[in-house]
Amino acid sequence: MPDLRDLYQDVILEHSKAPRNFRELSAANHKAEGYNPLCGDHFTVYVDIDGDSIRDIGFQGSGCAISKASASMMTQILKGKSTAEAEQLFARFHKLVTGAPTANGDQTELGKLAVFSGVSEFPVRVKCATLAWHTLHAALEGKQQTVSTE
Amino acid sequence: MTSVARRLPTVLRPPQAQNIGGFDVEKLRRDFPILKQKIRGRRLVYLDNAATSQKPQAVIDAISHYYERDNSNVHRGVHYLSERATEEFENARQTVQRFINAASASEIIFTRGTTEGINLVAQTYGRTHVGPGDEILVTALEHHSNIVPWQLLRDEKGAKLRVAPVNDSGELLLEEFEKLLSPRTNIVAVTHISNAIGTVIPLRQIIEMAHRRNVPVLVDGAQAVPHLTVDVQALDCDFYTFSSHKLYGPTGMGVLYGKSALLDAMPPYQGGGDMISSVTFEKTTYNKLPYKFEAGTPHVAGAIGLGAAIDYVNALGIENLAAHEHDLLAYATEKVSALPGIRVIGTAKEKAAVLSFVLDGVHPHDVGTILDQEGIAIRTGHHCAQPVMQRFEVPATARASFALYNTREEVDVLVEGLQRVQEVFA
Repeated sequence: MPDLRDLYQDVILEHSKAPRNFRELSAANHKAEGYNPLCGDHFTVYVDIDGDSIRDIGFQGSGCAISKASASMMTQILKGKSTAEAEQLFARFHKLVTGAPTANGDQTELGKLAVFSGVSEFPVRVKCATLAWHTLHAALEGKQQTVSTE
Repeated sequence: MTSVARRLPTVLRPPQAQNIGGFDVEKLRRDFPILKQKIRGRRLVYLDNAATSQKPQAVIDAISHYYERDNSNVHRGVHYLSERATEEFENARQTVQRFINAASASEIIFTRGTTEGINLVAQTYGRTHVGPGDEILVTALEHHSNIVPWQLLRDEKGAKLRVAPVNDSGELLLEEFEKLLSPRTNIVAVTHISNAIGTVIPLRQIIEMAHRRNVPVLVDGAQAVPHLTVDVQALDCDFYTFSSHKLYGPTGMGVLYGKSALLDAMPPYQGGGDMISSVTFEKTTYNKLPYKFEAGTPHVAGAIGLGAAIDYVNALGIENLAAHEHDLLAYATEKVSALPGIRVIGTAKEKAAVLSFVLDGVHPHDVGTILDQEGIAIRTGHHCAQPVMQRFEVPATARASFALYNTREEVDVLVEGLQRVQEVFA
């Protein structure tokens, strides 16, 4: 039986209560909206890209603890990374939360994001954990329409 | 409302309330095999009845019996099994007719559910009566299934969708509703009970107001039929539609009641077998009511299961169920409201079986996951009623909804679960 504490780790609860980079970026040159119609979670991710490097990143919106903490920690880890590194991290993060087999070194790359490993025990919450990442992906690709987790 | 509920002394509740009308809840629970199981090592506390209710053994047996003994196609075979299947199927229609007191069994159309009933009326009566600039009037409490079919019609016809507002308690503003009835209003479509917040709307008054202007009224009764006596003739509604699966019957089954005169004048919904009298390549003559609206082989087992569900409810007495559920709702409202940092959404004077609430600082989705770990099933989200969420300025709510087999002990388990949620998020 999955343990609640595996899902609601202290770091996650802390980020959900005090999300980092929870702001609109006026300098953003990429942005996208993400929406989970199942629960109504709704975020906008703002990215300021210089060349292929993420100079600044922020988000706004509302959602559950998992989606908000995931968005917050995503913005923390991505600042200063290249867009290619961001996409690679998303792929690894997705494997982590869906419980897919991971390659050697994936966990190290994910760093603090490893706290989301408990999500894999709660399949209905995978969409919560990945909403901000899907939205980021859309922002990097320059998609205008709202991305949906459905 | 919250503070009033909080002040209610416990002694106001009679100790024998578990046994209202002489029915014994613990005994009734044994009729529902699914309730015997453990979920995540704990006793299942099923409080998601507004989504779907559990099925008593009598319903499961009726469906099994049909497939084991009577299965055959209806209305066409001359052989013995077809005769028996047809008889069972038509008996179920009569059971429904008596249950909602329709004037005739030919006014009972079997559908896949409430949603199909509404779409049927929108696509037949609606398409022939609503034109450019005409108005369709709904309320702010509607489920998406009583919004979207009318939007499709609106967009096809260039019509307008009007919405009667509710107050901060979730009660329909009757004066506003009446003002919105205009010479261009061609149909009124209203929920009987809000699935999201439990408001019972003043249906008789609404129907009288609409009829004074010769506007027909469709009622979405999905949430009402399991919780109160519905008499379509006394209400004088023009269409009434509901689902079997919220009434202890099988999924994929529903009912549309319509007044004969209206149904007779409406074009068919879908074409196919069973809905015709004769077919040539030049011309088709449609079957009489209700078969005109039942194209294709119907859900025979579903109808029989629904009939068994109604028999089950009738044997208990719907007024007894209503009293029991009312007691549970009052008890749950009091207990949940007494927790710190909880706000009940929907505090109408007339409510049935639904308690919707939000917790400070905790998203409903997280509430649902934590309660699930305790074996408690509730619904979290927008309940397919996003405009209701927008009206109350919440992204979503947590919703506990009650059925005949729920108990005060289960409400206590819910309250303990909510305390656990608050501990996790403290």
